[in-house]
Amino acid sequence: MNFGMNQFLGVFFEEAEEHLTSLENLLLTLDLQEPDPEALNGIFRAAHSIKGSSGMFGFEEMTGVTHVLETLLDQIRSGQIRLQVEMIDVFLEARDVLSQLLDNYRAERPPVDVPVAAVSQRLQALIERYSPNNQATPTEQAYGLFDDESPAAADQSEEAYGLFDDEVSQPAVATEQDDKDAAYGFFDTPPQPQGETEPSPTVATQPMAVAKPGPKTTPVGTEAESSSIRVSVERIDSLINQVGELVITQAMLAQLTSALDPGEHERIFQALNQLDHNTRELQEAVMSIRMLPISFIFNRFPRVVRDTANKLGKQVELILRGEHTELDKGVIEKLTDPLTHIVRNSIDHGIETPAERLAAGKPERGTVRMSAYHQGGRIVVEVSDDGKGLSRERILAKAKEKGIAVSDDMPDSEVWPLIFMPGFSTAETVTDLSGRGVGMDVVRRNITSIGGRIDINSAIGLGTHIAIRLPLTLAILDGMIVEVDKVHYVVPLTYIVESLQLKAEHLYSMSGSSSSVISVRNEYLPLLSLHSLLNLATEPPPAVGSIVLILEAEGNTFALQVDELVGQQQVVIKSLEQNFRRIDGITGATIMGDGSVALILDIDALPRLAGQGVANHA
Amino acid sequence: MHNSSESIRSSEPTQEFLTFTLGQEEYAIDILRVQEIRGYDQVTAIANSPAFIKGVINLRGAIVPIIDLRIKFNLAAVTYDQFTVVIILNVLKRIIGVVVDSVSDVIALDGEAIKPPPEFGSTFNTEYLMGLASVEERMLILVDIEKLMSSDELTLIDHSNT
Repeated sequence: MNFGMNQFLGVFFEEAEEHLTSLENLLLTLDLQEPDPEALNGIFRAAHSIKGSSGMFGFEEMTGVTHVLETLLDQIRSGQIRLQVEMIDVFLEARDVLSQLLDNYRAERPPVDVPVAAVSQRLQALIERYSPNNQATPTEQAYGLFDDESPAAADQSEEAYGLFDDEVSQPAVATEQDDKDAAYGFFDTPPQPQGETEPSPTVATQPMAVAKPGPKTTPVGTEAESSSIRVSVERIDSLINQVGELVITQAMLAQLTSALDPGEHERIFQALNQLDHNTRELQEAVMSIRMLPISFIFNRFPRVVRDTANKLGKQVELILRGEHTELDKGVIEKLTDPLTHIVRNSIDHGIETPAERLAAGKPERGTVRMSAYHQGGRIVVEVSDDGKGLSRERILAKAKEKGIAVSDDMPDSEVWPLIFMPGFSTAETVTDLSGRGVGMDVVRRNITSIGGRIDINSAIGLGTHIAIRLPLTLAILDGMIVEVDKVHYVVPLTYIVESLQLKAEHLYSMSGSSSSVISVRNEYLPLLSLHSLLNLATEPPPAVGSIVLILEAEGNTFALQVDELVGQQQVVIKSLEQNFRRIDGITGATIMGDGSVALILDIDALPRLAGQGVANHA
Repeated sequence: MHNSSESIRSSEPTQEFLTFTLGQEEYAIDILRVQEIRGYDQVTAIANSPAFIKGVINLRGAIVPIIDLRIKFNLAAVTYDQFTVVIILNVLKRIIGVVVDSVSDVIALDGEAIKPPPEFGSTFNTEYLMGLASVEERMLILVDIEKLMSSDELTLIDHSNT
């Protein structure tokens, strides 16, 4: 039995985490006046399932907390106790304790400093304070299983065990239910023995199910109306790699056959067309495996907003839109921190206190809006608030203080990005929420590191709007292929502002240095050459008449001289570090249609490589 | 080149080695580190790298660095022709290609045939040598290829990152 336990432990952790997440979401959306019975049931089921499975693994602290939690929830569910505001707070606290316990169990640490007892006591106190008849039948209510008077309740708790199927499924949680049932097969377990004094007909069916030979696998098979399976990310990535190879091979075939006479080899061309079509579809299908709905991160924000607003004494409503927009898992993971930071900033610095808002003629309650949608092959995630907006004067003052070259008549579009400069914070008071050293510069760095862009717009008194444009996936990049010294390099399209052919009147040489400056529309930009940046053996061709790309990276705008623009293409990103090491100025490599390798330039690093402080130009 | 599966592996300390030449010297490396042997193809040069790192190639989808030991060890004639061979190694969980003049043989050596290396007198720093062996009047230099590839000298691996 023990050999299997570790394996199921992993599943337990994942499942428990999902339950905690759904518990939190349900709690936060709960209507205090008229709690939705389905939501209450959902909360109860989540607690109940965690209790059952944690008991099976001997996580006593967790079982203890969930037991009290479940007891209280059950009484609320059955209408014996009315839901109170303070309960939600304690429930959320309990959820946090459970989540900490889970982390401890996972790290195999004894959960010593987790306030298990404190939260259990607070829950117990709530039961005692509000329960009309807790003296009478404490144990029975604790389980809900024996509650003959409310057969509906009994049904639901059974369902939580996954023994019975969706026949009684609840529409509100129907999709989650599918998932749970299959997963629960692993953890089917009779209720905890403690306090179970009287035999009950309901309980009798459960040992039967558990005693079935191989109960660990069969329930999954038979109850697998669930339409999802867990697969490790490595396997999916290897699949994606293989398909990437296939795409390259297909491109090679297309190139090889391009010399053939289509009339003579009609059937080959037909077959190739078919192959082209199939590989494209296969690639799309495989890529979609890695895609997750953005609700994965959006779902944590009701809590972030609630906690932040409470702490600051502000009233904030969060509106989420487009939660079903899908993004690559890698992008999603890297988006969580920046988004959290932006939202906290919005509430801390953007949204005013209720009094200020009323004085400004706005509703007392501020609004933070988060939305996600597709736009031209990219994903746009927006965070906007109806707060006081950015203060142009303060930003400019701060910039001057920091020694950044600014002028008072700069357009807004150049003022706002200043807040992304390192060490830039205009907060009057540093709170423990925002000014914790992770500034907007880190936010922007995180976003650009996943190939995204962040734009900011603000109007005083009306609010601030931040848009993050992200690639659909980390595995593919839109690139401009450039040729330098007969070698192809890829410049990520997101950095390119424009490309132009240099004329003599654009060019100015700087005395005392070999570098030059070009003037484009009254802006002076340093001219960099890949020849010198990458220590190529040959000398760059004369700058006049050559093609330059105007690039913008981390607030620096500069011009990069290349020999030729080859074309725009989507490339599959391959790691250089897997078999080699990091190279300065290169972020990775890709394989071109002819099977050769092209390097992807690290545009962010180029100004640094140039060894000169490129003038900060936002 | 003989097929390595001809000889029988046993629990005895007999090891199989792939021998190759660099200039005038004949070297041997543990065959289990060798993934495959292929001809020299066009590589994509990598900027900001020492000359002996020829660049990277696409080996069925993996980006594999190619280093030329002949350049690293200052051997006089470095030519790339149809006989130039790349040994694809599988060391340190990485795939690395090494350019050599030619690959000669697979031989089995038992522990007794391997003599300790001299303190000096070899192109390689003795730190990377496993020993010397004589086979049919020829002297083989046994290289600890894993050690060599992970050495700081070759800058193949970013030690700060791993």
